[in-house]
Amino acid sequence: MKIAVCIKQVVTREWQLRVNDQKTWIRDQDASFELNEPDAYALEEALRLKEKHGGEVVVCCAGPARSTQVIREALARGADRAVHVESDALASADANAVAEALAGAIKDEGVDLVLTGLQSDDQGFGQVGVVLAEKLGMPHATIIMEVQASDGTLRVKRELEGGWFQWVGLPMPALLTIQSGINQLRYATLKGIMAAKKKEIKKITPAAANPSQHIASIYFPEKGKKTKMLSGSPAEAARELVKRLREEARAL
Amino acid sequence: MILVVAEHREGKLNRATLETIAAAQVAGGPVKIAVLGSGVDAVAAEVGKAEAAEVVTIDDPALKDYTADGFVLALEQLIAAEKPERVFLPHTYQTRDFAPALAARINRPLVTDCVSVKDGAYVRPMFQGKLQADVAVEGPHLATFQISAYRADAMKNGASAAAVRKASVAIDASKIRQKPEAPFKEAKQAVDLSQAERIVSVGRGIKGQENLQLAQQLAQAMGAEIAASRPICDAGWLPMDRQIGSSGQTVAPKLYVALGISGAIQHLVGMKGARTIVAINKDPEAPIFEIADYGIVGDLFEIVPAMIAELNK
Repeated sequence: MKIAVCIKQVVTREWQLRVNDQKTWIRDQDASFELNEPDAYALEEALRLKEKHGGEVVVCCAGPARSTQVIREALARGADRAVHVESDALASADANAVAEALAGAIKDEGVDLVLTGLQSDDQGFGQVGVVLAEKLGMPHATIIMEVQASDGTLRVKRELEGGWFQWVGLPMPALLTIQSGINQLRYATLKGIMAAKKKEIKKITPAAANPSQHIASIYFPEKGKKTKMLSGSPAEAARELVKRLREEARAL
Repeated sequence: MILVVAEHREGKLNRATLETIAAAQVAGGPVKIAVLGSGVDAVAAEVGKAEAAEVVTIDDPALKDYTADGFVLALEQLIAAEKPERVFLPHTYQTRDFAPALAARINRPLVTDCVSVKDGAYVRPMFQGKLQADVAVEGPHLATFQISAYRADAMKNGASAAAVRKASVAIDASKIRQKPEAPFKEAKQAVDLSQAERIVSVGRGIKGQENLQLAQQLAQAMGAEIAASRPICDAGWLPMDRQIGSSGQTVAPKLYVALGISGAIQHLVGMKGARTIVAINKDPEAPIFEIADYGIVGDLFEIVPAMIAELNK
Protein backbone atom coordinates (compact mmCIF):
# COMPACT_ATOMS: atom_id res chain seq x y z
CA MET A 1 0.00 0.00 0.00
CA LYS A 2 1.39 3.37 -1.00
CA ILE A 3 0.39 6.04 1.50
CA ALA A 4 0.84 9.80 1.36
CA VAL A 5 0.76 11.60 4.72
CA CYS A 6 0.30 15.35 4.80
CA ILE A 7 2.07 17.21 7.58
CA LYS A 8 2.35 20.82 8.63
CA GLN A 9 4.85 22.71 10.70
CA VAL A 10 3.29 24.94 13.36
CA VAL A 11 4.62 27.08 16.20
CA THR A 12 5.09 25.17 19.45
CA ARG A 13 2.35 25.35 22.04
CA GLU A 14 4.81 26.77 24.54
CA TRP A 15 5.79 29.71 22.35
CA GLN A 16 4.37 32.98 23.64
CA LEU A 17 2.33 34.20 20.68
CA ARG A 18 3.06 37.62 19.26
CA VAL A 19 1.18 39.41 16.52
CA ASN A 20 3.01 41.21 13.69
CA ASP A 21 2.85 45.00 13.23
CA GLN A 22 0.25 44.75 10.45
CA LYS A 23 -1.88 42.48 12.69
CA THR A 24 -2.23 40.03 9.81
CA TRP A 25 -0.25 37.09 11.18
CA ILE A 26 1.97 36.14 14.06
CA ARG A 27 5.51 37.45 14.35
CA ASP A 28 7.12 34.07 13.97
CA GLN A 29 10.71 34.97 13.03
CA ASP A 30 11.90 34.06 16.50
CA ALA A 31 9.35 31.32 17.18
CA SER A 32 10.10 27.66 17.78
CA PHE A 33 8.29 25.16 15.60
CA GLU A 34 7.04 21.59 15.79
CA LEU A 35 5.06 18.98 13.89
CA ASN A 36 1.33 19.75 14.02
CA GLU A 37 0.17 17.23 16.61
CA PRO A 38 -2.91 15.91 14.77
CA ASP A 39 -0.62 15.19 11.79
CA ALA A 40 1.66 13.13 14.05
CA TYR A 41 -1.25 10.73 14.58
CA ALA A 42 -1.83 10.52 10.81
CA LEU A 43 1.87 9.76 10.30
CA GLU A 44 1.81 7.09 13.02
CA GLU A 45 -1.25 5.46 11.44
CA ALA A 46 0.48 5.42 8.04
CA LEU A 47 3.57 3.78 9.54
CA ARG A 48 1.40 1.14 11.24
CA LEU A 49 -0.49 0.41 8.01
CA LYS A 50 2.80 0.01 6.18
CA GLU A 51 4.09 -2.37 8.85
CA LYS A 52 0.94 -4.45 8.41
CA HIS A 53 0.43 -4.33 4.66
CA GLY A 54 3.85 -3.37 3.25
CA GLY A 55 4.36 -0.52 0.82
CA GLU A 56 5.67 2.98 1.14
CA VAL A 57 4.97 6.11 3.21
CA VAL A 58 5.54 9.40 1.43
CA VAL A 59 5.46 12.55 3.55
CA CYS A 60 3.98 15.61 1.83
CA CYS A 61 4.38 19.07 3.26
CA ALA A 62 3.30 22.46 1.92
CA GLY A 63 5.17 25.22 3.70
CA PRO A 64 8.18 27.52 3.84
CA ALA A 65 11.82 26.33 3.81
CA ARG A 66 11.88 25.95 7.61
CA SER A 67 9.35 23.09 7.31
CA THR A 68 12.33 20.82 6.55
CA GLN A 69 12.57 20.42 10.33
CA VAL A 70 9.30 18.49 10.60
CA ILE A 71 9.88 16.63 7.32
CA ARG A 72 13.18 15.28 8.76
CA GLU A 73 11.33 14.40 11.95
CA ALA A 74 8.74 12.39 9.99
CA LEU A 75 11.48 10.64 8.01
CA ALA A 76 13.27 9.84 11.26
CA ARG A 77 10.11 8.23 12.63
CA GLY A 78 10.02 5.92 9.63
CA ALA A 79 8.55 7.55 6.52
CA ASP A 80 10.40 6.52 3.35
CA ARG A 81 10.72 9.79 1.47
CA ALA A 82 9.20 13.25 1.22
CA VAL A 83 7.83 15.84 -1.16
CA HIS A 84 8.13 19.43 0.01
CA VAL A 85 6.03 22.03 -1.77
CA GLU A 86 8.05 25.04 -0.78
CA SER A 87 6.80 28.61 -0.61
CA ASP A 88 6.91 31.29 2.08
CA ALA A 89 3.32 32.25 1.26
CA LEU A 90 2.11 28.81 2.37
CA ALA A 91 2.93 29.59 6.03
CA SER A 92 -0.30 31.54 6.42
CA ALA A 93 -2.20 30.49 3.28
CA ASP A 94 -5.87 29.52 3.35
CA ALA A 95 -7.03 25.90 3.22
CA ASN A 96 -7.72 25.99 -0.50
CA ALA A 97 -4.19 27.15 -1.34
CA VAL A 98 -2.61 24.54 0.95
CA ALA A 99 -4.79 21.77 -0.49
CA GLU A 100 -3.94 22.89 -4.04
CA ALA A 101 -0.22 22.76 -3.21
CA LEU A 102 -0.56 19.31 -1.65
CA ALA A 103 -2.61 18.06 -4.60
CA GLY A 104 0.28 19.07 -6.85
CA ALA A 105 2.61 16.93 -4.77
CA ILE A 106 0.34 13.88 -4.60
CA LYS A 107 -1.55 13.68 -7.90
CA ASP A 108 1.19 11.90 -9.88
CA GLU A 109 2.33 9.62 -7.05
CA GLY A 110 -0.34 6.99 -7.67
CA VAL A 111 -1.07 6.50 -3.97
CA ASP A 112 -3.68 4.13 -2.51
CA LEU A 113 -4.34 6.21 0.56
CA VAL A 114 -3.88 9.80 1.72
CA LEU A 115 -3.88 10.57 5.43
CA THR A 116 -4.05 13.99 7.06
CA GLY A 117 -4.51 15.21 10.60
CA LEU A 118 -7.88 16.50 11.68
CA GLN A 119 -6.91 20.16 11.67
CA SER A 120 -3.91 22.37 12.24
CA ASP A 121 -3.00 23.84 15.59
CA ASP A 122 -2.50 27.28 14.00
CA GLN A 123 -5.38 28.37 11.74
CA GLY A 124 -7.47 25.33 12.55
CA PHE A 125 -9.92 25.58 9.66
CA GLY A 126 -10.12 21.77 9.54
CA GLN A 127 -10.61 21.86 5.79
CA VAL A 128 -7.39 20.89 4.01
CA GLY A 129 -7.91 17.12 4.06
CA VAL A 130 -11.45 17.18 2.70
CA VAL A 131 -10.68 19.84 0.07
CA LEU A 132 -7.66 17.79 -0.99
CA ALA A 133 -9.85 14.70 -1.44
CA GLU A 134 -12.12 16.69 -3.75
CA LYS A 135 -9.15 18.01 -5.74
CA LEU A 136 -7.74 14.50 -6.10
CA GLY A 137 -11.16 13.07 -7.00
CA MET A 138 -10.95 10.63 -4.08
CA PRO A 139 -13.72 9.60 -1.66
CA HIS A 140 -13.03 10.60 1.91
CA ALA A 141 -14.03 10.07 5.51
CA THR A 142 -13.15 12.23 8.48
CA ILE A 143 -12.35 12.04 12.20
CA ILE A 144 -11.23 8.42 11.90
CA MET A 145 -10.48 6.28 14.96
CA GLU A 146 -9.65 2.96 13.25
CA VAL A 147 -8.58 1.86 9.78
CA GLN A 148 -9.10 -1.60 8.29
CA ALA A 149 -7.74 -2.17 4.78
CA SER A 150 -8.11 -5.19 2.50
CA ASP A 151 -8.37 -5.89 -1.23
CA GLY A 152 -8.59 -2.31 -2.39
CA THR A 153 -11.29 -1.33 0.07
CA LEU A 154 -11.30 0.42 3.40
CA ARG A 155 -13.52 0.04 6.43
CA VAL A 156 -13.00 2.96 8.80
CA LYS A 157 -14.44 3.97 12.13
CA ARG A 158 -15.72 7.54 12.11
CA GLU A 159 -16.15 9.37 15.37
CA LEU A 160 -19.52 11.12 15.59
CA GLU A 161 -20.50 13.47 18.38
CA GLY A 162 -21.63 12.54 21.88
CA GLY A 163 -19.83 9.20 22.09
CA TRP A 164 -21.28 7.73 18.87
CA PHE A 165 -19.25 5.99 16.18
CA GLN A 166 -19.93 4.60 12.74
CA TRP A 167 -18.14 2.23 10.38
CA VAL A 168 -17.95 3.43 6.79
CA GLY A 169 -16.79 1.49 3.73
CA LEU A 170 -14.80 3.23 1.00
CA PRO A 171 -13.08 2.15 -2.21
CA MET A 172 -9.38 3.00 -2.57
CA PRO A 173 -7.72 5.29 -3.39
CA ALA A 174 -9.25 7.37 -0.62
CA LEU A 175 -8.41 10.13 1.82
CA LEU A 176 -8.90 9.95 5.58
CA THR A 177 -8.54 12.64 8.21
CA ILE A 178 -7.27 11.00 11.38
CA GLN A 179 -8.56 11.77 14.86
CA SER A 180 -5.95 12.46 17.51
CA GLY A 181 -5.63 9.59 19.95
CA ILE A 182 -6.22 6.85 17.34
CA ASN A 183 -2.87 5.32 18.26
CA GLN A 184 0.12 5.80 20.52
CA LEU A 185 2.84 7.88 18.91
CA ARG A 186 6.35 6.59 18.46
CA TYR A 187 9.39 8.79 18.72
CA ALA A 188 12.38 8.87 16.45
CA THR A 189 15.24 6.60 17.43
CA LEU A 190 18.87 7.60 16.97
CA LYS A 191 19.05 5.03 14.18
CA GLY A 192 15.98 6.60 12.58
CA ILE A 193 17.50 10.07 12.81
CA MET A 194 20.69 8.85 11.12
CA ALA A 195 18.74 7.02 8.40
CA ALA A 196 16.60 10.09 7.73
CA LYS A 197 19.65 12.03 6.59
CA LYS A 198 19.94 9.80 3.55
CA LYS A 199 16.27 9.86 2.60
CA GLU A 200 15.06 11.86 -0.37
CA ILE A 201 13.22 15.18 0.02
CA LYS A 202 11.91 16.25 -3.38
CA LYS A 203 11.26 19.99 -3.59
CA ILE A 204 8.60 21.41 -5.85
CA THR A 205 7.27 24.93 -6.35
CA PRO A 206 3.54 25.51 -6.09
CA ALA A 207 1.54 27.24 -8.79
CA ALA A 208 0.55 30.78 -7.79
CA ALA A 209 -2.55 30.59 -5.60
CA ASN A 210 -5.42 33.01 -5.79
CA PRO A 211 -6.59 33.50 -2.22
CA SER A 212 -10.35 33.86 -1.81
CA GLN A 213 -10.20 34.72 1.88
CA HIS A 214 -7.63 36.45 4.02
CA ILE A 215 -6.97 37.43 7.61
CA ALA A 216 -8.00 41.08 7.83
CA SER A 217 -6.89 41.28 11.44
CA ILE A 218 -5.58 38.94 14.12
CA TYR A 219 -5.55 39.91 17.78
CA PHE A 220 -5.80 38.70 21.36
CA PRO A 221 -9.44 38.16 22.36
CA GLU A 222 -10.89 40.77 24.68
CA LYS A 223 -11.20 39.68 28.25
CA GLY A 224 -14.93 39.56 28.79
CA LYS A 225 -15.41 37.84 32.07
CA LYS A 226 -15.01 39.06 35.58
CA THR A 227 -12.52 36.36 36.46
CA LYS A 228 -11.16 36.93 39.94
CA MET A 229 -7.43 36.50 39.57
CA LEU A 230 -5.80 35.46 42.82
CA SER A 231 -2.20 36.51 43.24
CA GLY A 232 0.54 36.14 45.81
CA SER A 233 2.78 33.20 46.65
CA PRO A 234 1.46 29.70 45.89
CA ALA A 235 0.53 29.29 49.56
CA GLU A 236 -1.25 32.66 49.69
CA ALA A 237 -3.12 32.09 46.42
CA ALA A 238 -4.13 28.58 47.51
CA ARG A 239 -5.37 29.83 50.88
CA GLU A 240 -7.38 32.62 49.26
CA LEU A 241 -8.84 30.23 46.70
CA VAL A 242 -9.97 27.65 49.25
CA LYS A 243 -11.46 30.42 51.40
CA ARG A 244 -13.42 31.85 48.48
CA LEU A 245 -14.59 28.45 47.32
CA ARG A 246 -15.93 27.79 50.81
CA GLU A 247 -17.38 31.17 51.70
CA GLU A 248 -18.13 32.98 48.45
CA ALA A 249 -18.92 30.25 45.91
CA ARG A 250 -20.04 27.70 48.52
CA ALA A 251 -18.62 25.02 46.26
CA LEU A 252 -16.83 23.05 48.98
CA MET B 1 -30.16 35.41 0.61
CA ILE B 2 -28.65 33.10 3.19
CA LEU B 3 -29.28 29.39 2.94
CA VAL B 4 -29.01 27.55 6.27
CA VAL B 5 -28.42 23.80 6.04
CA ALA B 6 -30.28 22.05 8.85
CA GLU B 7 -28.85 19.00 10.61
CA HIS B 8 -30.86 16.17 12.07
CA ARG B 9 -30.51 12.49 12.83
CA GLU B 10 -33.39 10.06 12.70
CA GLY B 11 -35.95 12.83 12.76
CA LYS B 12 -34.35 14.65 15.68
CA LEU B 13 -33.22 18.18 14.88
CA ASN B 14 -29.73 19.15 16.06
CA ARG B 15 -30.09 22.24 18.26
CA ALA B 16 -27.03 23.74 16.58
CA THR B 17 -29.29 24.26 13.54
CA LEU B 18 -31.37 26.78 15.51
CA GLU B 19 -28.18 28.59 16.54
CA THR B 20 -27.14 28.81 12.90
CA ILE B 21 -30.56 30.14 11.88
CA ALA B 22 -30.11 32.77 14.62
CA ALA B 23 -26.72 33.67 13.12
CA ALA B 24 -28.29 34.05 9.67
CA GLN B 25 -31.09 36.25 11.06
CA VAL B 26 -28.48 38.51 12.68
CA ALA B 27 -26.35 38.61 9.51
CA GLY B 28 -29.37 40.02 7.67
CA GLY B 29 -31.32 39.46 4.48
CA PRO B 30 -33.83 36.74 3.66
CA VAL B 31 -33.14 33.31 5.14
CA LYS B 32 -34.01 29.98 3.57
CA ILE B 33 -33.54 26.68 5.36
CA ALA B 34 -32.54 23.48 3.58
CA VAL B 35 -33.47 20.09 5.03
CA LEU B 36 -31.89 17.01 3.48
CA GLY B 37 -32.75 13.40 4.12
CA SER B 38 -35.42 10.80 3.54
CA GLY B 39 -38.83 11.45 5.09
CA VAL B 40 -38.03 14.91 6.41
CA ASP B 41 -41.51 16.48 6.63
CA ALA B 42 -41.52 16.62 10.43
CA VAL B 43 -38.06 18.20 10.63
CA ALA B 44 -39.01 20.67 7.88
CA ALA B 45 -42.12 21.69 9.85
CA GLU B 46 -40.04 22.06 13.01
CA VAL B 47 -37.45 24.43 11.45
CA GLY B 48 -40.30 26.18 9.62
CA LYS B 49 -41.30 27.77 12.93
CA ALA B 50 -38.32 30.08 12.49
CA GLU B 51 -38.73 33.43 10.79
CA ALA B 52 -37.60 32.42 7.32
CA ALA B 53 -38.57 33.02 3.70
CA GLU B 54 -39.11 29.32 3.16
CA VAL B 55 -37.94 25.80 3.90
CA VAL B 56 -36.60 23.82 0.97
CA THR B 57 -36.39 20.06 1.30
CA ILE B 58 -34.45 17.44 -0.60
CA ASP B 59 -36.27 14.23 0.21
CA ASP B 60 -34.53 11.29 -1.39
CA PRO B 61 -33.97 7.66 -0.33
CA ALA B 62 -30.29 8.14 -1.29
CA LEU B 63 -30.02 10.62 1.59
CA LYS B 64 -31.55 8.35 4.22
CA ASP B 65 -28.17 7.70 5.81
CA TYR B 66 -25.76 10.60 5.81
CA THR B 67 -22.84 10.35 3.38
CA ALA B 68 -20.42 13.09 2.36
CA ASP B 69 -20.88 12.33 -1.34
CA GLY B 70 -24.68 12.33 -1.05
CA PHE B 71 -24.76 15.68 0.71
CA VAL B 72 -22.29 17.26 -1.70
CA LEU B 73 -24.28 16.03 -4.73
CA ALA B 74 -27.55 17.30 -3.26
CA LEU B 75 -26.32 20.69 -2.07
CA GLU B 76 -24.32 21.35 -5.22
CA GLN B 77 -27.58 21.19 -7.17
CA LEU B 78 -29.61 23.08 -4.60
CA ILE B 79 -27.11 25.95 -4.46
CA ALA B 80 -27.02 26.13 -8.26
CA ALA B 81 -30.83 26.40 -8.29
CA GLU B 82 -31.38 28.74 -5.32
CA LYS B 83 -28.28 30.90 -5.83
CA PRO B 84 -27.76 31.97 -2.20
CA GLU B 85 -25.02 34.55 -1.64
CA ARG B 86 -24.13 32.78 1.57
CA VAL B 87 -24.58 29.28 2.94
CA PHE B 88 -24.47 28.90 6.74
CA LEU B 89 -23.97 25.59 8.53
CA PRO B 90 -23.44 24.52 12.15
CA HIS B 91 -19.81 23.55 12.80
CA THR B 92 -20.60 19.95 13.66
CA TYR B 93 -18.65 16.78 12.87
CA GLN B 94 -21.09 16.13 10.03
CA THR B 95 -20.59 19.55 8.49
CA ARG B 96 -16.83 19.18 8.84
CA ASP B 97 -17.14 15.94 6.88
CA PHE B 98 -18.79 17.36 3.76
CA ALA B 99 -18.72 21.19 3.69
CA PRO B 100 -15.07 21.58 2.59
CA ALA B 101 -15.68 19.18 -0.32
CA LEU B 102 -18.86 21.05 -1.26
CA ALA B 103 -17.02 24.39 -1.19
CA ALA B 104 -14.24 23.00 -3.38
CA ARG B 105 -16.75 21.43 -5.77
CA ILE B 106 -18.64 24.69 -6.34
CA ASN B 107 -15.48 26.79 -6.09
CA ARG B 108 -16.63 29.00 -3.24
CA PRO B 109 -14.60 29.92 -0.18
CA LEU B 110 -15.55 28.38 3.16
CA VAL B 111 -14.87 30.02 6.52
CA THR B 112 -15.15 27.46 9.32
CA ASP B 113 -15.72 27.64 13.08
CA CYS B 114 -16.94 31.25 13.16
CA VAL B 115 -18.16 32.82 16.39
CA SER B 116 -19.69 35.94 14.88
CA VAL B 117 -20.11 38.10 11.80
CA LYS B 118 -18.64 41.59 12.16
CA ASP B 119 -18.72 44.27 9.45
CA GLY B 120 -18.85 41.65 6.74
CA ALA B 121 -15.88 39.74 8.19
CA TYR B 122 -16.11 36.46 10.09
CA VAL B 123 -14.66 36.33 13.57
CA ARG B 124 -13.09 32.99 14.45
CA PRO B 125 -10.52 31.59 16.87
CA MET B 126 -7.03 30.71 15.74
CA PHE B 127 -4.06 29.16 17.54
CA GLN B 128 -6.42 27.09 19.73
CA GLY B 129 -8.37 30.09 20.86
CA LYS B 130 -5.35 32.04 22.05
CA LEU B 131 -5.89 34.49 19.19
CA GLN B 132 -8.95 35.65 17.33
CA ALA B 133 -9.04 36.66 13.67
CA ASP B 134 -11.37 38.64 11.43
CA VAL B 135 -11.45 36.71 8.18
CA ALA B 136 -12.49 38.68 5.09
CA VAL B 137 -13.96 36.82 2.16
CA GLU B 138 -14.95 37.96 -1.32
CA GLY B 139 -18.02 36.96 -3.28
CA PRO B 140 -20.52 34.19 -2.55
CA HIS B 141 -19.25 31.84 0.15
CA LEU B 142 -20.01 29.33 2.90
CA ALA B 143 -19.51 29.72 6.64
CA THR B 144 -19.86 27.38 9.60
CA PHE B 145 -20.68 28.53 13.13
CA GLN B 146 -19.21 27.19 16.33
CA ILE B 147 -21.62 25.43 18.69
CA SER B 148 -23.08 27.92 21.22
CA ALA B 149 -21.66 30.94 19.36
CA TYR B 150 -25.25 32.06 18.91
CA ARG B 151 -28.08 31.13 21.23
CA ALA B 152 -30.83 28.89 19.97
CA ASP B 153 -33.37 30.81 22.05
CA ALA B 154 -32.28 34.02 20.29
CA MET B 155 -33.71 32.63 17.06
CA LYS B 156 -36.75 34.61 15.97
CA ASN B 157 -39.89 32.66 15.26
CA GLY B 158 -42.09 33.63 12.34
CA ALA B 159 -45.61 35.03 12.71
CA SER B 160 -46.77 31.95 10.85
CA ALA B 161 -45.05 28.77 9.71
CA ALA B 162 -42.66 29.16 6.77
CA ALA B 163 -43.73 27.57 3.49
CA VAL B 164 -42.15 24.19 2.78
CA ARG B 165 -41.18 23.39 -0.79
CA LYS B 166 -39.67 20.23 -2.24
CA ALA B 167 -36.68 21.02 -4.42
CA SER B 168 -36.38 19.16 -7.69
CA VAL B 169 -33.00 17.61 -7.13
CA ALA B 170 -32.09 14.17 -8.41
CA ILE B 171 -29.33 12.21 -6.75
CA ASP B 172 -27.50 9.50 -8.62
CA ALA B 173 -26.99 6.99 -5.81
CA SER B 174 -24.29 5.21 -7.81
CA LYS B 175 -22.08 8.26 -7.29
CA ILE B 176 -22.09 7.85 -3.52
CA ARG B 177 -18.80 6.16 -2.69
CA GLN B 178 -19.12 5.96 1.11
CA LYS B 179 -21.06 2.96 2.43
CA PRO B 180 -22.15 3.83 5.98
CA GLU B 181 -23.09 1.28 8.62
CA ALA B 182 -25.44 1.98 11.53
CA PRO B 183 -24.07 4.37 14.19
CA PHE B 184 -23.31 2.77 17.55
CA LYS B 185 -22.09 3.65 21.02
CA GLU B 186 -19.02 2.09 22.57
CA ALA B 187 -19.47 -0.09 25.62
CA LYS B 188 -21.30 1.72 28.36
CA GLN B 189 -19.30 4.39 30.07
CA ALA B 190 -17.92 3.17 33.36
CA VAL B 191 -18.09 6.54 35.05
CA ASP B 192 -20.89 9.02 34.62
CA LEU B 193 -19.14 12.30 35.30
CA SER B 194 -22.32 14.25 34.63
CA GLN B 195 -23.48 13.22 38.11
CA ALA B 196 -20.31 14.40 39.86
CA GLU B 197 -20.71 17.39 42.18
CA ARG B 198 -17.08 18.39 41.85
CA ILE B 199 -14.51 17.61 39.20
CA VAL B 200 -10.75 18.09 39.15
CA SER B 201 -9.67 18.03 35.53
CA VAL B 202 -6.13 17.86 34.17
CA GLY B 203 -4.64 18.99 30.88
CA ARG B 204 -1.27 19.04 29.17
CA GLY B 205 0.18 21.12 32.00
CA ILE B 206 0.30 17.99 34.17
CA LYS B 207 3.26 17.00 31.97
CA GLY B 208 3.52 13.30 32.85
CA GLN B 209 1.40 10.37 33.93
CA GLU B 210 3.36 10.12 37.18
CA ASN B 211 2.06 13.57 38.16
CA LEU B 212 -1.58 12.48 38.02
CA GLN B 213 -1.41 11.37 41.64
CA LEU B 214 -1.06 15.01 42.63
CA ALA B 215 -4.36 15.80 40.91
CA GLN B 216 -5.88 12.70 42.47
CA GLN B 217 -4.84 13.86 45.94
CA LEU B 218 -6.50 17.21 45.30
CA ALA B 219 -9.64 15.46 44.05
CA GLN B 220 -9.70 13.35 47.20
CA ALA B 221 -9.30 16.41 49.43
CA MET B 222 -12.19 18.10 47.61
CA GLY B 223 -14.45 15.09 47.29
CA ALA B 224 -14.17 15.36 43.53
CA GLU B 225 -13.98 13.01 40.55
CA ILE B 226 -10.89 13.13 38.35
CA ALA B 227 -11.25 13.95 34.66
CA ALA B 228 -9.11 15.27 31.81
CA SER B 229 -8.94 17.08 28.53
CA ARG B 230 -8.56 15.07 25.35
CA PRO B 231 -4.74 15.03 25.00
CA ILE B 232 -4.40 13.30 28.39
CA CYS B 233 -6.76 10.51 27.32
CA ASP B 234 -5.16 10.34 23.87
CA ALA B 235 -1.85 9.69 25.59
CA GLY B 236 -3.48 6.89 27.59
CA TRP B 237 -2.76 8.53 30.96
CA LEU B 238 -6.43 8.33 31.90
CA PRO B 239 -9.13 6.16 30.31
CA MET B 240 -11.21 7.72 27.51
CA ASP B 241 -14.32 7.65 29.72
CA ARG B 242 -12.73 10.35 31.91
CA GLN B 243 -12.59 12.78 29.01
CA ILE B 244 -14.50 16.07 29.14
CA GLY B 245 -15.35 17.89 25.91
CA SER B 246 -17.02 17.62 22.54
CA SER B 247 -15.76 14.09 21.99
CA GLY B 248 -16.21 13.09 25.62
CA GLN B 249 -18.65 13.87 28.38
CA THR B 250 -20.52 17.10 29.01
CA VAL B 251 -20.67 18.07 32.66
CA ALA B 252 -22.14 20.83 34.79
CA PRO B 253 -20.85 20.24 38.32
CA LYS B 254 -20.97 22.62 41.25
CA LEU B 255 -17.19 23.02 41.02
CA TYR B 256 -14.79 22.43 38.14
CA VAL B 257 -11.08 22.81 38.76
CA ALA B 258 -9.01 22.96 35.56
CA LEU B 259 -5.35 22.16 36.16
CA GLY B 260 -3.00 22.98 33.30
CA ILE B 261 -5.85 23.07 30.77
CA SER B 262 -5.42 25.83 28.20
CA GLY B 263 -9.10 25.79 27.26
CA ALA B 264 -9.50 24.83 23.59
CA ILE B 265 -13.13 25.20 22.53
CA GLN B 266 -13.49 21.41 22.23
CA HIS B 267 -12.89 21.23 25.96
CA LEU B 268 -14.89 24.31 26.94
CA VAL B 269 -18.11 23.05 25.34
CA GLY B 270 -17.98 20.10 27.73
CA MET B 271 -17.66 22.05 30.98
CA LYS B 272 -18.64 25.68 30.65
CA GLY B 273 -21.97 24.91 32.28
CA ALA B 274 -20.20 24.32 35.60
CA ARG B 275 -21.42 26.65 38.35
CA THR B 276 -17.98 27.62 39.61
CA ILE B 277 -14.87 27.24 37.46
CA VAL B 278 -11.33 27.44 38.79
CA ALA B 279 -8.39 27.67 36.38
CA ILE B 280 -4.77 27.17 37.33
CA ASN B 281 -2.37 27.69 34.46
CA LYS B 282 1.10 29.06 33.91
CA ASP B 283 0.06 30.93 30.74
CA PRO B 284 -1.80 34.16 31.60
CA GLU B 285 -3.20 34.23 28.04
CA ALA B 286 -4.73 30.74 28.27
CA PRO B 287 -8.36 30.90 27.02
CA ILE B 288 -9.53 28.94 30.08
CA PHE B 289 -9.22 32.19 32.09
CA GLU B 290 -11.92 33.67 29.85
CA ILE B 291 -14.57 31.46 31.41
CA ALA B 292 -13.09 30.90 34.88
CA ASP B 293 -14.61 32.43 38.02
CA TYR B 294 -11.31 32.15 39.89
CA GLY B 295 -7.92 32.08 38.26
CA ILE B 296 -4.38 31.56 39.47
CA VAL B 297 -1.49 32.16 37.09
CA GLY B 298 1.36 29.99 38.23
CA ASP B 299 2.99 26.61 38.53
CA LEU B 300 0.38 23.99 39.36
CA PHE B 301 3.11 21.85 40.95
CA GLU B 302 3.48 24.54 43.61
CA ILE B 303 -0.14 25.64 43.89
CA VAL B 304 -1.85 22.24 44.06
CA PRO B 305 0.21 20.96 47.04
CA ALA B 306 -0.55 24.23 48.81
CA MET B 307 -4.27 23.74 48.10
CA ILE B 308 -4.18 20.16 49.41
CA ALA B 309 -2.46 21.37 52.59
CA GLU B 310 -5.06 24.12 53.00
CA LEU B 311 -8.00 21.75 52.44
CA ASN B 312 -6.63 19.21 54.90
CA LYS B 313 -6.10 21.75 57.68
